[in-house]
Amino acid sequence: MLKLFSRAVAAAALLTFAQLGYAQQKLTILWAEWDPANYLQELVKDYEKQTGIKVVVETTPWSDFQNKAFKEFTAKGSAYDMVVGDSQWLGAGSTGGHYVDLTDFFKKHKVAEIMAPATVKGYAEYPGNSGKYWAVPLEGDANGFAYRKDWFEDPKEMAAFKAKYKYDLAVPKTWKELGDIAEFFHRPAEKRYGLSIYTDNGYDAMVMGVENVIFSYGAELGDFSTYKVQGFINSKESIEALNFYKKLYGYTPPDWGKTFFQEANQAITEGLVSMSMNYFAFFPALANPATNKYAKQTGYFAMPKGPSGKQFAALGGQGLSVVTYSKNKDASMKFLEWFIREDVQKRWAQLGGYTCNTAILKSDEFRKATPFNEAFYQSMFMVKDFWAVPEFAELLTAANKRWHPFIVGGKGTAEEAQNGLAKDWEAIFKKYGRTK
Amino acid sequence: MTQPALSSAGLAAPRRGMSDLAIRNLFIIPTIVFLIVFNIFPLLYSLGYSFTDYRASMNDPVQFVGLQNYRELLADEYVWANFTLTAKYVIMSVVGQVIVGFGAALLLNRAIPAKGLLTTLLMLPMMMCMAVVGLFWQLLYNPSWGIVNFVFFTEGKVWLSDPEVALLAIAITDIWMWAPFVMLLSLAGLSAIPPSLYEAAAIDRASRWFVFRRITLPLVAPLLLIAIIFRTMEAFKTFDIAFVMASMDETELVAIKLYKMAFHEWQTGRSCALAYIVLLAVLAITNVYVKYLNRLKAR
Repeated sequence: MLKLFSRAVAAAALLTFAQLGYAQQKLTILWAEWDPANYLQELVKDYEKQTGIKVVVETTPWSDFQNKAFKEFTAKGSAYDMVVGDSQWLGAGSTGGHYVDLTDFFKKHKVAEIMAPATVKGYAEYPGNSGKYWAVPLEGDANGFAYRKDWFEDPKEMAAFKAKYKYDLAVPKTWKELGDIAEFFHRPAEKRYGLSIYTDNGYDAMVMGVENVIFSYGAELGDFSTYKVQGFINSKESIEALNFYKKLYGYTPPDWGKTFFQEANQAITEGLVSMSMNYFAFFPALANPATNKYAKQTGYFAMPKGPSGKQFAALGGQGLSVVTYSKNKDASMKFLEWFIREDVQKRWAQLGGYTCNTAILKSDEFRKATPFNEAFYQSMFMVKDFWAVPEFAELLTAANKRWHPFIVGGKGTAEEAQNGLAKDWEAIFKKYGRTK
Repeated sequence: MTQPALSSAGLAAPRRGMSDLAIRNLFIIPTIVFLIVFNIFPLLYSLGYSFTDYRASMNDPVQFVGLQNYRELLADEYVWANFTLTAKYVIMSVVGQVIVGFGAALLLNRAIPAKGLLTTLLMLPMMMCMAVVGLFWQLLYNPSWGIVNFVFFTEGKVWLSDPEVALLAIAITDIWMWAPFVMLLSLAGLSAIPPSLYEAAAIDRASRWFVFRRITLPLVAPLLLIAIIFRTMEAFKTFDIAFVMASMDETELVAIKLYKMAFHEWQTGRSCALAYIVLLAVLAITNVYVKYLNRLKAR
């Protein structure tokens, strides 16, 4: 009996150790719940085949993503070895001590040379121009537009447009043209509307939308090195840009005051609008006939130019960071080494991930792989981002508080909104000791 | 012969069984421990944080800032706007629930066919998940094909993106969901009124209004007030419905502000201070109600 008992104990111990050993061979990545996370889960199967190390991509809804990641960081928890963090998190992730410094890794593997410069700047470097890196660019993304090719190419519509605006109806090259097209197709009586833009003020949706116009109008959010905002966010160009965004809101479907990526795609799939602003990462659903009955009639274009010819797109996308509290930091670094390999990046792009690898981005194979890759390629070389300081969320809240009532609620003027925002941002930077 | 058996049973029982004190402790101590660990301790801990500049997202050293968080919050025009908005919402929502709920209870207090089934059906909304109700009503309010515009002949009216009516639209949803709760408590109060009082009033040829004012209302008032206390506290804390249905400044109730401050902006110390201000406000309002309730009971 005793013998049997000791055998059972030994077997249980062996099983426990085996399980422990197995657990050590697992890496966990936290990301938001969306298609690219599924592509990544598919990609890492190759890593498991090659190394025997299992990689799990744990996802959480977008609305809970930041909350979940930072709760884990706050608790110094080791549940996640890596996190695919938003570009704005770089400040909080690095100065808060949550991200491992990847500067040496960048130098050793020449990551800054392999990846598109804008993505390195946007997803990896903090503070700006410091040469310190905290993430490997993983999913490149930016705002672009989807549009109804059949509406644009309809001879009757083309003739009517030409008669009214004195130029041909085509993919807009400037924001002014985009405004004209939105106005032209805005026909509420026919339940057909001009366009869809971001208006949700819950997090960064509307701010990203407005940024597209502000940057292309030649304005800046502020001086990222001195944190000066007066004369930047409330400049003449910035005020004009905000006025223009409000004008565009007038061409959206009714009750379009809380819209983000879901509504943006819905506007196309339901045949509501002629154009819809969204992140490129959400365009695969529009190109799929199973999820969009107008898939064949849907085209894509990059953000148009502003009045002075400047052309920018708000940066989306994320970088992959190693979490300081991970118990598998070395294994995570080895995973990063594998991930930046050109063959892996190529496979990543084939699966549907938006690679940031310059060589692959520039290749014809990539640019012709989907109907939206060409516009994505163009966008990745003209992206600009929001403040990436640790207090970015407070800056976002202030922008939402000033812009949303003006754009959606029709309260006050653009000048009042931008002057108020400059004052709010100054106070926030002062509170955190960035300015005196 | 029976005496020894009785005495042995009488002696054995205290030794084997538990004393009253032990049984009381067995029930009370786990509850008290649970309350201390999960309620009292976090409450006191967060009170401590409310006097600091602690940010949970950063590893910076925590600095004691005294009453600075409270001072800044009470001087912040946005926070006052959130409180004003919340007060408006509480009034709209609770008044609506009392009118609809009490009215429905008066109707159901009569002898009507399928009364039980009707009561159960009317109670369904409050059994639903609040976030689901919010999403569901978002569809009902859709300007193009929502049923609300169809019913009220307001074709094309925008509800949730219009700063003038968005809060009212959310309050209507809350009324739909929680009026049954008021109805239930009112119905309990109404059915407890002795029929003899109504019979006496009928003999005296009292008018319907007199009967309602002098018999029905005073006797149902204590239960109705309890319903109002619960609904006021809940309405003051409303988060889910408003968060799901709209995202305007005009619908940012104080609970949403608190959530954003704590979990979007990670201003942990400051948000703890705001949570205490909200707690004090709820306590003050509840206290007024409770005093009034006690006065009613004393009559």
